[in-house]
Amino acid sequence: MRAVANDEKSEFDALALFCLLPSLLYVLCMFVYPFLYGVYLSLQPPKIDGFSFANYLAFFSDPYQYSTIWITFSLAIPTTVVVLVLALWLAYGMRRGIFMERTVTTILIMPISLGVILLSEGILGFYGSQGWFNQMLLGLGLIKEPFILTHNYAGVMLALFMQQFPFCFLMLLGYISGIDPSLERSARMLGATPSIVFRRVMLPLIAPGLAIAFALVFVMSFAVFPSAIMLGQPAGTTRTISIAAYQKAFEQYDMSAASAIAVVMGLCQLAALLVIILFRRRLSPAATMGVGKR
Amino acid sequence: MNAPGDTLESLQLGITKRYGNKTVLDNLQLDIRKGEFVTFLGPSGCGKSTALSIVAGLIAATEGEIRLNGARVDHLPPEKRAFGMVFQNYALFPHMTVFDNVSFGLTLKPLSKDEVKKRTDAMLKLVQLTGYEDRYPGQLSGGQQQRVAIARALVLHPRLMLFDEPLSNLDAKLRVEMRAEIKQIHSALGLTSIYVTHDQAEALSLSDRIVVLRNGVLMQSGTPQEIHDRPNNVFVADFMGFRNFFKVRIESVSQGVAEGIGDGIRLRARAGSDVQPGAEMVMAIRPDDIRAGAQIAPGAEDVSGRVEVVEYLGREQEAAVRINDSTRVWLRTAEALRNADTIGLQFPTDKVVLLPAE
Repeated sequence: MRAVANDEKSEFDALALFCLLPSLLYVLCMFVYPFLYGVYLSLQPPKIDGFSFANYLAFFSDPYQYSTIWITFSLAIPTTVVVLVLALWLAYGMRRGIFMERTVTTILIMPISLGVILLSEGILGFYGSQGWFNQMLLGLGLIKEPFILTHNYAGVMLALFMQQFPFCFLMLLGYISGIDPSLERSARMLGATPSIVFRRVMLPLIAPGLAIAFALVFVMSFAVFPSAIMLGQPAGTTRTISIAAYQKAFEQYDMSAASAIAVVMGLCQLAALLVIILFRRRLSPAATMGVGKR
Repeated sequence: MNAPGDTLESLQLGITKRYGNKTVLDNLQLDIRKGEFVTFLGPSGCGKSTALSIVAGLIAATEGEIRLNGARVDHLPPEKRAFGMVFQNYALFPHMTVFDNVSFGLTLKPLSKDEVKKRTDAMLKLVQLTGYEDRYPGQLSGGQQQRVAIARALVLHPRLMLFDEPLSNLDAKLRVEMRAEIKQIHSALGLTSIYVTHDQAEALSLSDRIVVLRNGVLMQSGTPQEIHDRPNNVFVADFMGFRNFFKVRIESVSQGVAEGIGDGIRLRARAGSDVQPGAEMVMAIRPDDIRAGAQIAPGAEDVSGRVEVVEYLGREQEAAVRINDSTRVWLRTAEALRNADTIGLQFPTDKVVLLPAE
């Protein structure tokens, strides 16, 4: 019996491998090779023979360059936190369905379909100092000077929020509505108020989804480029690390140095992901045992 | 308003629930006494789970009120009612150990850690789960999960226990075992319980009182014996295992026995004084109560017929017997029957029930 079972298993595995082949090839060609090539490139500065860390040394010894790490983090982390908190709040409120749910959901996820550029143009027009938003507030006499919401840090935050929120909201809504509603009811029957239900029952169960959402939103925000240029101050307060890499590559034509910056950027994202994974483990240890997941 | 107090002396329901135009619970009136085990019985969609959820406070009634010891409680959220509930799918917290699940409710009360541990341990002992404290629900069998669910509710000394089809996810053997355990816990702890099920055997074995519901309407309420032996309408009779129904016209009533003719046969049943000759009614009998073949003295049969279907059930067989072109009768007998046999049937008067026509 056992041999038969094993045969079946290996047959299945071969088939699985075969089916996996296209995606494995894709990952190899489109990710692994370019990534390794980038690392290789970053270690070969144009004026030096053989391998050298010169690019990295140059990056970390120039405040104009290494400050982009801090700038990018200071954009990506607050954006991610705000997006996550608001998306969680909204998705949790909608977990049992609401009036006109489909319409509300469609409106909430509309920004995804518009594309970054159109969205940024819209924000420029609407929130600019001559835009409707400020005109309205000025007209109503609520403010004397227009709010400066574009071409600065706030503008990029705004754009990032609008791009990331729909993804995050949809993900969390799917995750939360997948949690068995009777868990909440049983907690109430055991004497828990709605806030205790959230803290002690729902939040630990949502934590894995929250961690994944954080990771995705953070990585996407950390790579911010078009909105940092269009809505920010690309030479100053919102000169993110991707702008630094772009300038090296396409303004100074130094692909090697640009690759080095890209590698630093990747390492920063990886570091943040590690922190999230560790934090998630602390938040709900059972989920990592595969027990908490449904 | 007077406070309902810590224990349940009485619980009065008078509730209606509508979703839009659809009435799922039509003025359900019920009075439950301390220590009673009341079962809501009915097919799916009859409103029994809705009624339980309203008592629990998980959904609000459209109209009516719930009174606990005379004081209204229907405005209270579930956490303030101090009722315990066991769910069909157990609803254990998957991210907590058995100990944390059972002690969950206790940790919300102003109790010391030692007290919480003491009470939790005692409850785990009662449901025979000592040694499983550190397991997660996903590592337990269905029966063990159900015990945790029961322990988790009981540890809080609820005024009222609510069971929502707690055994329907268990296999047949375990279901019978857990049924006995629930019954034992109920009497040992002196609980007052409301139990929801669609399983008549479960209802009969557990209850002090059964409430049969259909489309949100109370069809009959009574002791298991009353519901089992003297259903007072076709729906309850059908649900309680009566399989033979005859539309009859009452010919005569004398000395508490009504004689009716219909579907080509003559039947007698015990009748109350309100039954009048000429009335169109239904007579019903269970397959096990029909006497057949050698059980009847020669010439004493009410009718005879031809065996058409024989189902083997182990100790006995269930057979369909055609007694005329339009009528088939189902009976159970230990006698060996074969297709196309001709046998005599007798319908004992005290086993036939007389029901109003639908």
